[in-house]
Amino acid sequence: MTALNTGGRLMAPTAPSPARRRTPRRRAGLAGYLFVSGYAILLVAFGIYPTLFAGYLALTNDRGQFTGLNQFVKVIQDYRFGPAFTNILVYLVMWLVILVVLTVVVAVILRSRMKPGLSSVFRFLFYIPGALAGVASVLVWMFMLDPGVSPVSGLLNALGLSTFSQVIAPQSLPVIFVFIAFWTGAGGWIVVMYGALNNIPDEILEAARVDGAGPWKSAWFIQIPMISKWIAYMTILAFAAGTQLFVEPQLLQSASLGRLNPTWSPNQLAYVLAFQFGDFNGAAAVSIFLLAIGLVGAGILVTRSGLFKAGDE
Amino acid sequence: MKSPTVPQSGAPKRRVLRAALAIASLTAIVALAGCASATQSTSTGTAGFKKAAQNNSSTITVWADSTRLPAVQAYQTSHPNAKLNIVTYDGSADGSTYLQTKVQLFDRTGKGWPDVVFASPTDVTWASKATSPSAQAFAAPVDELVPSSTINNFAKGSLTPCQYNGHTYCLRNDIAQVVTWYNKTLFDKFGYTVPTTWEQYQALGAQVAKDHPGYVLGWVGDSNSQESYFWSSQCPAFDLVQPNTLRVALGSTDCTRMATLLDSMIANKSISTQASNNATFIKQTAPKVLMAVGPSWYGQYIFNLGFKTPAGQIAAANPMTWSGDTTAATGNVGGGVWMISSHSTNLKAATAITSWLTTSDANQGSAPTYPAYGPAAKTWLANPANSKYFAADVSGAFTTAANEVWTGWSNTKFSDATAWSSVVLPALTAGKTLTATLPAWQAAIVDEAKSVGYTVTTK
Repeated sequence: MTALNTGGRLMAPTAPSPARRRTPRRRAGLAGYLFVSGYAILLVAFGIYPTLFAGYLALTNDRGQFTGLNQFVKVIQDYRFGPAFTNILVYLVMWLVILVVLTVVVAVILRSRMKPGLSSVFRFLFYIPGALAGVASVLVWMFMLDPGVSPVSGLLNALGLSTFSQVIAPQSLPVIFVFIAFWTGAGGWIVVMYGALNNIPDEILEAARVDGAGPWKSAWFIQIPMISKWIAYMTILAFAAGTQLFVEPQLLQSASLGRLNPTWSPNQLAYVLAFQFGDFNGAAAVSIFLLAIGLVGAGILVTRSGLFKAGDE
Repeated sequence: MKSPTVPQSGAPKRRVLRAALAIASLTAIVALAGCASATQSTSTGTAGFKKAAQNNSSTITVWADSTRLPAVQAYQTSHPNAKLNIVTYDGSADGSTYLQTKVQLFDRTGKGWPDVVFASPTDVTWASKATSPSAQAFAAPVDELVPSSTINNFAKGSLTPCQYNGHTYCLRNDIAQVVTWYNKTLFDKFGYTVPTTWEQYQALGAQVAKDHPGYVLGWVGDSNSQESYFWSSQCPAFDLVQPNTLRVALGSTDCTRMATLLDSMIANKSISTQASNNATFIKQTAPKVLMAVGPSWYGQYIFNLGFKTPAGQIAAANPMTWSGDTTAATGNVGGGVWMISSHSTNLKAATAITSWLTTSDANQGSAPTYPAYGPAAKTWLANPANSKYFAADVSGAFTTAANEVWTGWSNTKFSDATAWSSVVLPALTAGKTLTATLPAWQAAIVDEAKSVGYTVTTK
């Protein structure tokens, strides 16, 4: 078990960590700052500054007066706030569970239960949909979901769905969005998980086999624990992206000529508040809520999984 | 990576606690401090229409939907000296808020406004007011730009959606009075007579369901079907009793009578719950459409272009009445408006094209929709191109219906399509009845109305 732990620690998810261990003191050089500056400037201009500006907007009203928490109270009391956040919660739970379970299972199978040639063919196939840009992939799904034109209309009919409006019934929407997200996003993560599994030294698996562990035992007790940080990393990014759900419901809303609630997701609510009602302050308050949820979620995952402790002694 | 100040095991928790306390107390201070209200500024009227510096030779930008695009292009052809930048957009159809979204942004950046736009009457409710304290209302008062004789020639009531605070902020392009459409060929073949009352309509539905299953007398799945049916029923769903007081009373018998009628016809499948633009509907049901209750543009747009019904089959009859009612009432489905931007630097050119588009015989006489401008409507009806598709003369029905549009369905600050499309239609698809869905529809309208600042009464 000692060997296992060492292995786990060696498996740093962030590349610089092992290097940092050996060279605790570094010479500060101009080149370093120069290389970092490009990203830092863009981050400040398009990441930090807009965030701070949203914070400012959320604490003021459209006359520039300080409102304290009143904007937050106002948007919580908005009749669209509760449903939007409930929708996104249902979606997130389904999406994260399905993403984590399926990508890990598929990666393990591709890594250890399949011939390398076939495995790379499958990885390529899984990855293809991810190469389509977001909007294009939603458009593809609009055709898939309309029984009138869908190539899988037989399947939809078998499910008792004969019209587009039946397919996009309100209770089916989270499932539809999970389908779209999985179809476009999971392929990339399967490739990443596969790479993580590749990092596990063969001796460890060998040792497990000698100790009598079958393929499923090896997967459950060795492979999956050893890539747990990658799983946490994937969960954080998928969680953050999931709370931002916008393009899918927005496009489906306009394609169905309004048969979807225009404020289905919190991001849509912020959009409607800002651009339809001119309430940029209320929209900023909604976005601060999303930021807080994303930070808390990431914080819990980072501390629980020890994601950033990898290089520490 | 051991740091000299190794925290003791309990320390991180304590630190978190301390931070939490600090945040909590800060929050309390912030919350308790005398804070300003979070409500948005209420926009004042448009007393200050300040013209931008004018330049009579500058290019003007015109936004039109794809249906009116040919009209704008025709203006360019007949006025080669006009400098136009023509942009196509969705024209605010089906509750789209594209124009509003863009103008909100232009108001913030202080530039980019189109000079002339085609839009829906709903857009005038926000365009006639400033979107923020520092902005100027987008729409220019056209009564200060065109002669009053022109304004007086528009069909009675057709400019009501344009009026606010004693000014007129748009010129109506077309009206879309609801008439009774029927397929004369099929009616003759089956030996039916065209119903003149809603009760006869319902009875015919039962008859058709029995004799010719599969044939329909209409559909309710469009984002504007509520305007064809509930507006015609004089249902007080969007009734502005005062400028800022909206009456939403879907429990009224004027609403329930239509819901009950439609429910019985949906149940026996003589009315479809699908949308008329749905591929399956066009393929399977469109050839079996016996009747439709819908606006004047149904003839060309739905039957001719959408369903590809051959010429010489479709005809229009007067709006139906309820037996016992002395006056007929009908709905209105859309009908666009043209607005001129108050920020335009070439109001002269903008006014010229707007006048030409809305009032000239050259444009409106052959327009795809029924003109709102009185003299142009006469030309339109006399134009054989507008009637040759039909099996019988439609001008009688059109003229009658134009004068019977019920005025109790107001032009509100929010689209009447949103709640219908996102609440009622999914419920119908799930098999619920309209009668059972009226409370949910009512609640959705009330929520929307309150969120844009209306006082709501439900009695």
